[in-house]
Amino acid sequence: MKMRYSAWTVFKQGLGGQRGWKPAWRSPDPKPDYEVVVIGGGGHGLATAYYLARTYGIRRVAVLEKGWIGGGNSGRNTTAIRSNYYYRASARMYEHSLKLYERLSKELNYNVMFSQRGMISLAHSPHDVELAHRQAGAMRLNGVDADFLTPAEIARRVPILDMSPEARFPVFGGLLQKRAGTARHDAVVWGYARAADALGVDIIQNCEVTGFRRGADGAVTGVETSRGPIATTRIGVAVAGHSSRLAEMAGFRLPITSYALQAFVSEPLKPVLDTVILSPATGVYMSQSDKGGLVIGGGLDLYPSYAQRGNMPVIRNVLGAVAAQYPALGRVRLLRQWAGIVDVVPDSSPIIGASPVPGLFLDCGWGTGGFKAIPVGGTMLAHQLATLTPHELAEPFSLERFTTGALIDEAAGSGIAH
Amino acid sequence: MLQISCPWCGPRDEIEFRCGGQSHIIRPGPPEEIDDATWGRYLSEKTNPRGDHLERWLHAAGCRRWFNVARDTATHRIRAVYHMIEAAPAIDDEGSAR
Repeated sequence: MKMRYSAWTVFKQGLGGQRGWKPAWRSPDPKPDYEVVVIGGGGHGLATAYYLARTYGIRRVAVLEKGWIGGGNSGRNTTAIRSNYYYRASARMYEHSLKLYERLSKELNYNVMFSQRGMISLAHSPHDVELAHRQAGAMRLNGVDADFLTPAEIARRVPILDMSPEARFPVFGGLLQKRAGTARHDAVVWGYARAADALGVDIIQNCEVTGFRRGADGAVTGVETSRGPIATTRIGVAVAGHSSRLAEMAGFRLPITSYALQAFVSEPLKPVLDTVILSPATGVYMSQSDKGGLVIGGGLDLYPSYAQRGNMPVIRNVLGAVAAQYPALGRVRLLRQWAGIVDVVPDSSPIIGASPVPGLFLDCGWGTGGFKAIPVGGTMLAHQLATLTPHELAEPFSLERFTTGALIDEAAGSGIAH
Repeated sequence: MLQISCPWCGPRDEIEFRCGGQSHIIRPGPPEEIDDATWGRYLSEKTNPRGDHLERWLHAAGCRRWFNVARDTATHRIRAVYHMIEAAPAIDDEGSAR
């Protein structure tokens, strides 16, 4: 029976010397067959399993993870959550995700520490200002909150930013999404894992998928794994960065290139930044974690890579931009640097829904922004797996768009050319 | 940091270069016989392997010429550098960069 977390439980466990806590999820051995198998035990995979069980009542579900849950991109991102997109299809989808995040802690009975501290995208020229107003207009038309900030308002809100006219990146204004923010990335994974497990989902770690079993009609009949074969007729793939490799195993190609995306965290500082701030000119964005570390991200590495470490020129570009824009941080030391491998698609929008292989469904191509989409990615893939039809929000994001040409070019929406 | 041997300029740091993605892509044709699915695949589908990858590079901050690189995407090791018109080297080719 699942333990319910509350202030009272914390108090009671404190009295008992913290010895009464139970594991938050089981570690079962794989069963010979499942109704649905989800490949990838990150945020998207676990959210998919959770919504399969909760919304559609499908409880014979396995989540297969080659390492440990949340050890891939879910544990390597910069935790930003936002829905400041331009096109209607994107705005609807990411706004749905943001709304799910707003009530996620309550729904999962797990504190994901979602903090709506806002996100400011800086405008560094009069042209940027015009584009920011255009973006704000598009966002408002799509029902997403958007505000334009004057330089004076930005100076008040972000005192460490170099606002002087001689600055290397002068500031002419900024676009604010107040409801954007950050969440604790591990907590999102663990919250979904615990909630899915409580509904009967088997979370199987250290279980790498090595191949697909196919029937005479080409449809999937199961997966080969490092822990033996598992029979199933419905498979969801949620393996950010490695989607091409799974597709190759199944015999098709995706419009995806894998790149390393690096991030950094500084030593803990006293509070200096109460928002997420992005500079589209440099691709650098930053927030301060609840522990005090500055969490810093930048653009992609320069060439395709599966090496989860990143290269030096990008580190220099990112940290050089931070030092130029925030002179007070010039001597701050970094604690850690890491890289995740991301699925980059030509139009910078995800691929959700059917694959060329019957029974095999995709949740991939989130590029550099998969974390904010965890709740909606899980919702859409679960709907597809349960009903075998695309979720209403997912329809524009099918793989067919690369044949029909109906691309959703959101490179501008992210502010980063990815 | 990679050091890449441009066939014309010699070894330079990676920041002088741009990677142009997969090489040896053949444009399907003639155009009037190409269906949308084939054209879509030509425009967007990539090999994207974990391991040996044949790709085009541009010496953007140097001679501004294109050439091919055989590179491992997991280790970043460069196995060969060769001209655009040359055939791809065999996958076990240990040829050093020229």
